[in-house]
Amino acid sequence: MAAPASAQDDDAGGDEPTEAARGFLFILVEAEDGGRDEKQPVAEVEITVRSADGEEIGSATTDDEGRWEVPVPGPGRYEAEIDTDSLPEDVELRDDDKQVQPFGLRPGQARTVQFPLGDDPRNVRSTFDEAISLAVAGVNFGLIIAVTAIGLSLIFGTTGLTNFSHGELVAFGSLTAYFLNQTLGIHLVPAALGAMVIGGAFAGSLDLGLWRPLRRRHTGLIAMMVISIGVGLLLRYLYLYQFGGRTRPYGDYAIQDRLDFGRLTITPRDIASILISLGVLIAVGLMLQRTKIGKAMRAVSDNPDLAASSGIDVERVILFVWVAGGALAALGGVLLGLAEQVSWQGGFRLLLLMFAGVTLGGLGTAYGALVGSFIIGLFVQMSTLWISPEIKTVPALVVLILILLVRPQGILGRAERIG
Amino acid sequence: MDWGGIFENTLRAAIAKDAIVFALAAIGLNVHFGYTGLLNFGQAGFVALGAYGTAITVDYYGQSLWLGVLATIASAVVFALLLGVPTLRLRTDYLAIVTIAASEGLRLLLRSVTLGDFTGGSTGLSGFAGDFYSINPLPGGRYGFGPFRYSSDTWWMLTVGWTLVLLATLLVWALMRSPWGRVLKSIREDENAARSLGKNVYYYKMQSLVLGGVIGALGGFVNAVATRSVQPDNYGTAITFFAYTALILGGTARIWGPVVGAMLFWVVISFTEGVLREAIGNEVIPSSFMSTTQVGQVRFMLVGLGLALLMIFRPQGIFGDRRELALDAR
Repeated sequence: MAAPASAQDDDAGGDEPTEAARGFLFILVEAEDGGRDEKQPVAEVEITVRSADGEEIGSATTDDEGRWEVPVPGPGRYEAEIDTDSLPEDVELRDDDKQVQPFGLRPGQARTVQFPLGDDPRNVRSTFDEAISLAVAGVNFGLIIAVTAIGLSLIFGTTGLTNFSHGELVAFGSLTAYFLNQTLGIHLVPAALGAMVIGGAFAGSLDLGLWRPLRRRHTGLIAMMVISIGVGLLLRYLYLYQFGGRTRPYGDYAIQDRLDFGRLTITPRDIASILISLGVLIAVGLMLQRTKIGKAMRAVSDNPDLAASSGIDVERVILFVWVAGGALAALGGVLLGLAEQVSWQGGFRLLLLMFAGVTLGGLGTAYGALVGSFIIGLFVQMSTLWISPEIKTVPALVVLILILLVRPQGILGRAERIG
Repeated sequence: MDWGGIFENTLRAAIAKDAIVFALAAIGLNVHFGYTGLLNFGQAGFVALGAYGTAITVDYYGQSLWLGVLATIASAVVFALLLGVPTLRLRTDYLAIVTIAASEGLRLLLRSVTLGDFTGGSTGLSGFAGDFYSINPLPGGRYGFGPFRYSSDTWWMLTVGWTLVLLATLLVWALMRSPWGRVLKSIREDENAARSLGKNVYYYKMQSLVLGGVIGALGGFVNAVATRSVQPDNYGTAITFFAYTALILGGTARIWGPVVGAMLFWVVISFTEGVLREAIGNEVIPSSFMSTTQVGQVRFMLVGLGLALLMIFRPQGIFGDRRELALDAR
């Protein structure tokens, strides 16, 4: 399983009011039945704790269970050093940089300081295999972003509004599906369809109840953006209020065995998710190209006044865009919940990547949104080959800034004056 | 219901640390949004840099607090340039997108294990504020009047904080009645008109972004020394929109708008939370309907609702002048 982090909080030690550093030394041994690796404690190893200015506080030797603890005089910054000479001969520190580990203590905190020993079980897989599995996850993630970003881009195209609450439509979908699936006990597939219908209706009612009246009043676009932020904040914390802060899985397809195709292993869930996204994206493309409403949408995006004067009911087209965008966002939310569990703020996190994708592809262009989002999703997942997953969105944001510097109209956008 | 306690807390909130921090953040936003028409959705990033600039300089590099303040200002300037260079020639929604993304990216970086040695990861840093309180010239002990009874250190922090607010307000007042300020306002009203008069709109916008960002960063500095710690999750994107709400509440493009707005904002928040907590404690509101942790979430919902409603029905705020607001500006 996952190797221990180098230093992690441990506030569980409630009965000990004093500050201390402690830890658990072990090596991972492969279990004989091929299951989870077992932790084998390492005894008789000396660990010294010093204050930040180098003064020795105390030292401890690990007991038979591999545990050690050094009490310290108070909160502050300390460092712990493991005496590598006292390690058994066949055991080595995994990372030589981790021989001395600085850490801080808050009042009353007892902190676990880990010295990972032996080989990292995660490194057993080769970088190539890692890259393949990340690429699969990236394709899936990129398609999810693309499905959700179409709505964002079309709403921008038809109304000019950059909707900062679009992420909340995504979260609405994943939470509605969670409610239908886990609370009402409906299977996930009909629950996802239900979430799309309800999500579309919700987005449509937002247009009818809020955005259309604002357009009638000729509210400026900047004011509308600020309003969308307010609506987003309200909805996001309503979700937190109702759903709570934990992330939770759906009841179906949560645990699956990976199918093996040589070096590529993939869960049926991911295959289904990728196929659904692709099918939906192709359907949207056909709708935009072939159907009357699709042509009307493109006409309104191009020039609303001209569209209106040629007999297109602009408000009806905009309402359709909101409903379709909301339903697609809901579907994306369900797929996102399937890929990384349901969370109240999953939508907001995705919003920033949608922005990066839409800008990369070209703000307001439907196909640009697809291409840009796909690239961003793939890039975000692949970047974890080199950087820690917790900051994987940061490179995407760097791409966002770079693309604005070099080609602000995006990959597929037309070069025109946009400022 | 302990109404006396609620009212005392509410009164205290009007001058407390949070009012100072958000007054400074909102004064900065006023320069961006109110006077120049720039839609900066990443003020939280400037506030975070203000706090961490000081904390890292003192805690990690062991330098003096004054160097920390300089680092705070310098990092805000660099951040503003980083955000402004790619976006200020473009339509204003690009600035909004990039700033909200950058402020969230910055928070993720600050709480990451990768930079944990500098930033303390998700725990943050503490123990850098000693220098600030060691130069406290006020007499020791606990004193005050009415509900405003604080320790000497808290009075010192409040004095420095409100002095900064006053200085920033004075600076903005002086700048906005200068020719430079009139150019900013003309950019807000009609960018092309300003350009046709030979003004370099891009540079003026950049200067505005830098100035407002530095003022916001000073808010972060006050927050850091007042709480004597910095934690990355205190600088989420919601901070930006708290500041927007405070600004619009008080009145955009008004000298005292952000200050009055921030005080009023915290009075309202403190009062509603006080009432809710008391009501839950006395089981007026059943705990099955709302728990005390959920009260904190109600704050965010109220701010979101308030921001949207203010923007719809009274975008000029309480003291604002509708004519001063060309929100249609690009």
